Amino acid sequence: MIKGMFSKPENAKMYWKEFIHQCSEIGIGSLGIVVIISVFMGAVSTVQTAYQLVSPFIPLSVIAQVVRDTVILEFAPTLVCIVLAGVVGSKIASELGNMRVSEQIDALEIMGINTKTYLVLPKIIAALVVIPMLVIIAGVVGIWGGRLAGSMTGILSVSIFDQGLLEAFLPYNVIFALYKAYTFAFIISSVPAYFGYYVKGGALEIGRASTKAVVISCILILFADYILAALLL
Amino acid sequence: MIEVKHIKKRFEDTIVIDDVSSVMKAGQCNLIIGTSGSGKTVLMKCIVGLIEPDSGEVLFGGESFTKMNRFERTEIRKQIGMLFQGSALFDSLTVEENVMFPLNMFTTWNYKQKMERVNEVLDRVNLKDTNKKFPSELSGGMKKRVGIARAIVLNPKYLFCDEPNSGLDPQTALVIDQLIKEITLEFNITTVVNTHDMNSVMEIGNYILYLYQGKKEWEGNNKEIIFSKNKLLNEFIFASEFLKDAKEMRMLEETGKIPNDRNIDDMIGPTNLPKGGA
Ligand SMILES: Nc1ncnc2c1ncn2[C@@H]1O[C@H](COP(=O)(O)OP(=O)(O)OP(=O)(O)O)[C@@H](O)[C@H]1O
Ligand SMILES: [Mg+2]
Repeated sequence: MIKGMFSKPENAKMYWKEFIHQCSEIGIGSLGIVVIISVFMGAVSTVQTAYQLVSPFIPLSVIAQVVRDTVILEFAPTLVCIVLAGVVGSKIASELGNMRVSEQIDALEIMGINTKTYLVLPKIIAALVVIPMLVIIAGVVGIWGGRLAGSMTGILSVSIFDQGLLEAFLPYNVIFALYKAYTFAFIISSVPAYFGYYVKGGALEIGRASTKAVVISCILILFADYILAALLL
Repeated sequence: MIEVKHIKKRFEDTIVIDDVSSVMKAGQCNLIIGTSGSGKTVLMKCIVGLIEPDSGEVLFGGESFTKMNRFERTEIRKQIGMLFQGSALFDSLTVEENVMFPLNMFTTWNYKQKMERVNEVLDRVNLKDTNKKFPSELSGGMKKRVGIARAIVLNPKYLFCDEPNSGLDPQTALVIDQLIKEITLEFNITTVVNTHDMNSVMEIGNYILYLYQGKKEWEGNNKEIIFSKNKLLNEFIFASEFLKDAKEMRMLEETGKIPNDRNIDDMIGPTNLPKGGA
């Protein structure tokens, strides 16, 4: 499938339009859910970390450090991408599946348009551009959620939290999170695109294909998560 | 001109197209007729390469389409307009955008020029005031007409229509038939139409290929078809009592006698009104 994707576009402007359209579909379309889960995952990490660190010898600011690192290393990239695999992945698979079944892909082919280039490539590139941005937003919002929960529940004050955030900060962790984001973005867009593009049958098969696409994307994300951690940490 | 040579296609165990050959000339309407499931759609898709035939060859203007690579095929495909049986409109685009899509892709016209052309073809298929509607808001027949408009918007050299007037009322069907005939003559297009509508057959059938269970059972034109002796073909075209009578009337006028065993008294009088459902 990848091989057929890079040939000369007929009209670059149309491809650009499709790319921008996909960016807004993927990015704006899932911004809300990403923000909501980020706030809660940050809040929950603060509360649960505090619950586990009961020793009076550990300063409270450590809670902020732990929250910061778990959010950046795992929650923001992996959890968010698992959710995006559901949201974005099923959308991509069912959109392409519907176009296949209702012969819209054939209609494009007959016009002389390379449908892999026109339909699949913009989705993958848009995912690669937009999903890392979403992951960064998720990281920031997640830490903010943790900070909010800390002060709201009285576990630790905002100033101690902010102080903890700056302690022992490794910028590499952010880069690592971005590596993950790019890898997952590729999985989230290419796997569902494959399943959707090659659907055979009718509406029932579209549903099946998109479920299968989401399940396989999730497994691949977790698998890639482990491999990246083993290789790069 | 399109030449089809010994096309065969099977899906798993069933042979759907069995050794079909044909020559479809430019400037005329070439019809593929046959009952539902006889393989019309599959044959049409084999010709344009949406389904890869198992064996056989298709030539467009003397060049072997079957042997071409992707890029060479693209050049031919830019000259093809096709209406699908299910219309296949892009459902995220409005009627206007659907018809404009090929123009956006393949011309460097400005918006005004494109809009003019879009309105022109929508007008030709008798569609007005639907420009801003989405395909989901249209009736089946309207979708068909948008599909035709999209297929002809770039003035194709080859036009394929899979059942252009199924789902249309007889009046609109006639308009569509006339349109297909007109543009075929006007631009010397090689037009291929799948149909099982006998009205279209008589109206526009310059060349008719009758498919029966994937085989070419008969070929000829709309003058010959009425008098054909092929039993299977006769069963197909005279499935309607009405047409049978029409044929007999015509033969009676021409020869003064009725060719088959039916009694002339059957043809006149109230007992001969078309039977229910026919
Ligand atoms: N993708 C496919 N896989 C398996 N069998 C198929 C496929 N497409 C078509 N067929 C079979 O091929 C035969 C011919 O189908 P086709 O769609 O060409 O009929 P048709 O003549 O166009 O009928 P209609 O007038 O109802 O549209 C049918 O028996 C159908 O079951
Ligand atoms: Mg058909």
